[in-house]
Amino acid sequence: MDCNIQIDMHKHSSTTTHEREKANRGMVLSRMPSRIAQIKLISRHTEVYEPCDDSFALVDALLADRTNLLEHRPTICMEVGCGSGYVITSLAIMLGQEVEGLHYFATDINPHAVRVTRETLEAHGVHAEVICDNLASGLERRLEGMIDVMVVNPPYVPTPEDEVGIDGIAAAWAGGENGRSVIDRILPVADKLLSHRGWLYMVTLTANNPGEICSNMRKKGYASRIVVQRSTEEESLHVIKFWRDADVQVQAREPIITDRRPPMSIMETLLSQLPQLPFWGSSRTRDGS
Amino acid sequence: MRLLTHNMLSSNIKGVANGFPLGLEVQKFVEKQVDFNPDFLKNMFPKIEWKALVTAAKTMGYAELPEEVESSMLESEDFLQKFHHALLELHLEEGALICPETGRRFAVTKGIPNMLLHEDEV
Ligand SMILES: C[S@@+](CC[C@H](N)C(=O)[O-])C[C@H]1O[C@@H](n2cnc3c(N)ncnc32)[C@H](O)[C@@H]1O
Repeated sequence: MDCNIQIDMHKHSSTTTHEREKANRGMVLSRMPSRIAQIKLISRHTEVYEPCDDSFALVDALLADRTNLLEHRPTICMEVGCGSGYVITSLAIMLGQEVEGLHYFATDINPHAVRVTRETLEAHGVHAEVICDNLASGLERRLEGMIDVMVVNPPYVPTPEDEVGIDGIAAAWAGGENGRSVIDRILPVADKLLSHRGWLYMVTLTANNPGEICSNMRKKGYASRIVVQRSTEEESLHVIKFWRDADVQVQAREPIITDRRPPMSIMETLLSQLPQLPFWGSSRTRDGS
Repeated sequence: MRLLTHNMLSSNIKGVANGFPLGLEVQKFVEKQVDFNPDFLKNMFPKIEWKALVTAAKTMGYAELPEEVESSMLESEDFLQKFHHALLELHLEEGALICPETGRRFAVTKGIPNMLLHEDEV
């Protein structure tokens, strides 16, 4: 998440990491300019979240899953909280446009961000319908069950609850208690909007308790897996992919019988992966302070 | 903002039972050419509220859409071209969307509708 909200003693080092990261991206991009959005074409505004480690992790997750996404043949993709437009622009470049039958929606609660997103999209010659909205409140009714791919890099930093949703740039990161306030409002919206074959990609921090998020989603019938896991100097990020899974749905409906082994697809979900991951267990001390 | 989006937006003000379709107030609109994909149109057709699209297109000066439709029309290239034009190529740049129940205006600026509610509306 953005460096300037970290405690001061980390400030200097994290800034240099981000600059380095951006410089590296520039190099990679000049070699293969057509795969994702270019940092030099991202529009900026002081009140708008600039692409950061978390944005890069999300785009890298989408790139890593690009072949699956193309085979999935989505019709409507959506980003909630588009900020600079870096992610939705990258997705549109990666998967294709109207000629392939793909359409994109992007929302943000920050009026500066939606304008900046439109500029970033235009600079790359791609299109998404951009809407200034709280999550997707104006779209929820009519777009119910129509989104095939949803991507979210939410405000996930643990903060006092009263910082959530305040005006300007703070809304980009302020996530309330355990960083979960906005996440916990996004998940039911995603569940409503996603089509029966819909996929959700979401960035989380260890302090958000991703295991619990996955178990909550599992009760709604979603399987999950980590697509990208990345530790930076001050945070441990993972991009989780959620999808509706028939076996999980059956399990979610039926009480679990103790001596019955869960089917393999459930074994493979994130829930069972998490305890093996190296950062597991150290979350509070690393990120939660 | 494309009319596809207009067809997908509704007024989300607390207490509003029927927030669809939003009225259109047009100050400036543009036409932009968009690549034609018949499969997309066929996919979307069942999801589109046709009357709302016809009315919105007329407000933007395009009156070529038939008032009544049935799915057999999707076989007609001519129909698909008109549907494509209305749904994707007419863009509202400046203006407003009007809640059909309360008359509340949602501004559209630089092609972006602002659906944010005031505190007393949520
Ligand atoms: C961490 S930033 C991510 C920006 C961009 N997607 C990226 O990855 O660089 C989170 C974004 O979510 C937006 N946001 C926060 N709360 C929101 C809400 N309730 N509805 C819509 N957007 C919201 C913020 O304004 C901010 O642009």
